[in-house]
Amino acid sequence: MTALGVFDSANLNGGQKLAMKYFAVSLALFGAQVLFGVLAGLQYLFPDFLYGVIDFSVNRTLHVNALVVWLLYGFIGGTYWMLEDEADHKVVGLGLGNLIFWVLTLAVVVVVLVYLLVQVGPAEMKSIWLINEGREYIEAPRWADIGIVVAVLVFFFNVVATFAKGRYTGIGGVLVMDLLALAGLYLAGMFYTPNVSVDQFWWWWVIHLWVEATWEVLVGCIMAYMLIVTLGVRRRIVETWLYIEVALMFGSGILGLGHHYFWIGTPQYWLTIGGFFSALEPVPLVAMVVHAVFDSGVHRLKNSNHPALAWTIAQAAGNFFGAGVWGFMHTLPQINLYTHGTQWSASHGHLAFFGAYSTAVIAFFYLAAQKSRGNVWMSGNLAGGWKWKWSMAFLWMGMIGMTMALLIAGYEQSQIERAIEGSSWVGYFTAQAHPWFVQAMKWRQISGYLFSLGYVLLVWDLFTIGKRETRPIAELHAPSAQPA
Amino acid sequence: MTTEAWWASPSLWRKSAIWITGGSFVMLIFLTFDTMSYIQAGGKQVPGYSIINQRVDYQFDEAKNRYVPVIGPEEPLFGKKLTEAEAAALVSKGKLNTQAKNCMECHTLLGNGAYYAPDLTKAWLDPSWGSKEVREQQMVEFLMNPQDRLHNGIGRRMPNLGITEEEARATVAFLKWMSAINTLGFPHNFKAIDQSDAPASAAAPAQP
Ligand code: HEM
Ligand code: HEM
Ligand SMILES: [Fe+2]
Repeated sequence: MTALGVFDSANLNGGQKLAMKYFAVSLALFGAQVLFGVLAGLQYLFPDFLYGVIDFSVNRTLHVNALVVWLLYGFIGGTYWMLEDEADHKVVGLGLGNLIFWVLTLAVVVVVLVYLLVQVGPAEMKSIWLINEGREYIEAPRWADIGIVVAVLVFFFNVVATFAKGRYTGIGGVLVMDLLALAGLYLAGMFYTPNVSVDQFWWWWVIHLWVEATWEVLVGCIMAYMLIVTLGVRRRIVETWLYIEVALMFGSGILGLGHHYFWIGTPQYWLTIGGFFSALEPVPLVAMVVHAVFDSGVHRLKNSNHPALAWTIAQAAGNFFGAGVWGFMHTLPQINLYTHGTQWSASHGHLAFFGAYSTAVIAFFYLAAQKSRGNVWMSGNLAGGWKWKWSMAFLWMGMIGMTMALLIAGYEQSQIERAIEGSSWVGYFTAQAHPWFVQAMKWRQISGYLFSLGYVLLVWDLFTIGKRETRPIAELHAPSAQPA
Repeated sequence: MTTEAWWASPSLWRKSAIWITGGSFVMLIFLTFDTMSYIQAGGKQVPGYSIINQRVDYQFDEAKNRYVPVIGPEEPLFGKKLTEAEAAALVSKGKLNTQAKNCMECHTLLGNGAYYAPDLTKAWLDPSWGSKEVREQQMVEFLMNPQDRLHNGIGRRMPNLGITEEEARATVAFLKWMSAINTLGFPHNFKAIDQSDAPASAAAPAQP
């Protein structure tokens, strides 16, 4: 073992070394997401900015795709990170896992270059196969889809084989089932149909059943592990909570899918089913908050990694507000008729993705930073501890600022464009030109800059935290020991 | 360890999780099959592709208390009546064009997508095209050369996406077909372009 505070991959187990690679790409793509978000936001204020060069659609495609991919990289990394601890066995097939990491990353680079340089194609199937599928969030061309499926299968094999050779914990069992569902759902987005209603029906299977079901359970698993590691919470308690969360999340989220089937040509019964079940979706999110706060209280916040724990608590709160509160606000059809497809959705989309998922991945980044420096002290009086605090503060100020600005823009649109003007072309631009909307776009942009500053600090911090520390990790009162 | 309350037992909750998830999923599968009978082309709420041979309108229905698509007399797109197969091929080409050009990352379709440009659900019926007589040509020209057709006072222009005339016509067909989907009243309060025939003759509302 090398000196404390010095970065050395010898501090990590095999799965964790691979996880570090996923985390590195994840962090870089997070940066790309922020960059293209800022560019897209600027185009709202200055429509001629980059017009005809990198149009809004291109910036936005890169913005949302980078988002999806950096989160998936973070989740895959997080899973590899905990795999050997959980299974109590070395990762099976690690060499293959490493290989597929490079293949996947190369594919991501090619896809991004094609988005940027080729942008659009003729109205033929080859455009779908080679350039862009033109379906928000899952634009990746078909060849890349297939590559993604293969990569995920390899990842899945690593996970299952490792648990099978080692031991299955409760967390492990939930994780495996959930990954299977997550990968299977992706297939629902891989076909072409001229029928836009059928297209969107299945498109939502992927998007909604990812973010409101399988991703939620996935972060449930990795956050459960996080609570064990950072706070030393007893496994039995954490796993019981995990089962409760799965029951509530899938019980509400699967049929909650119906809140996207109000207006796309789907039958009327979805108004009732979608409204009812999606209105219940905040319940598990409340349970998660109770769980995190309760455990933190029981353990008096005594923990070994302040930044990771802070982001874990932020995850519970962000998930509750972004998905639970902001989602609930527009989930009933009586409201959604007017808010559907306005900046309301963007307001919710930002707070939910950041609150529920970015936070979880960032927490893992900090866990990784700690261990890779030899389990250095990262609790109170950490040298240079201002950086993680200010980065967190800027990221949240930026995010809350954006969310509020977009909410105001969304209110304005739902009333002027939707209710009064009836969503005509003129109605749309009447709302876009309204001072309330224009001001909101300015504030979104300013908040975006704050957010970017937070991102820069985050990167700087992750590369330096614990560097000059000479103290070892804080002892936890309850050893995180094995009993499964 | 002391005895544990039954409701705090992991195995109870594991079983609940499995049953609830399974039950919800079975329900979803069942509803998916049923929904398909509504949304397949020619289904209960989504028209067949040859609807582009007819007038499509969007009007308030007093009894339902919401806007509904109204199918009118024969009014073939570009003046040429198509068979179901020809219409399907044309609409499909148009739909493919919307994907190849990534329309959804600026516009919304059926309310889903991006918010940088107007919703396209009822674009075919938008009064901004001027009149029913010039609409088709206006749309084709706009799609081919949007860059010098500013439709608003805030300087936001659609970029030139290299859409050919053939692609533009197919896209218009797709938009016409999409405007006939019964979206349960979304968008609410939308006032369609005047499509009545010669002066004073009333439109002929008929339920699909
Ligand atoms: C972490 C979990 C969640 C994430 C990441 C998330 C994200 C999103 C995003 C990005 C959209 C916009 C999709 C688009 O581009 O059209 C969306 C739409 C929506 N979300 Fe969520 N969401 C989450 C949870 C929830 C929950 C729990 C609810 C309800 C209680 C909810 C209700 C809705 C509704 C009703 C829409 C449709 C908006 C519209 O009609 O335009 N979401 N969500
Ligand atoms: C500097 C920070 C950011 C800026 C300036 C920014 C800007 C934007 C813009 C301009 C759009 C297009 C919205 C539209 O169609 O009108 C967008 C969409 C979106 N952004 Fe961001 N963004 C930022 C950060 C983030 C972060 C951190 C997340 C999530 C973690 C995020 C998630 C999303 C999502 C999910 C959408 C699609 C929303 C929808 O379709 O409803 N963005 N963003
Ligand atoms: Fe949803």
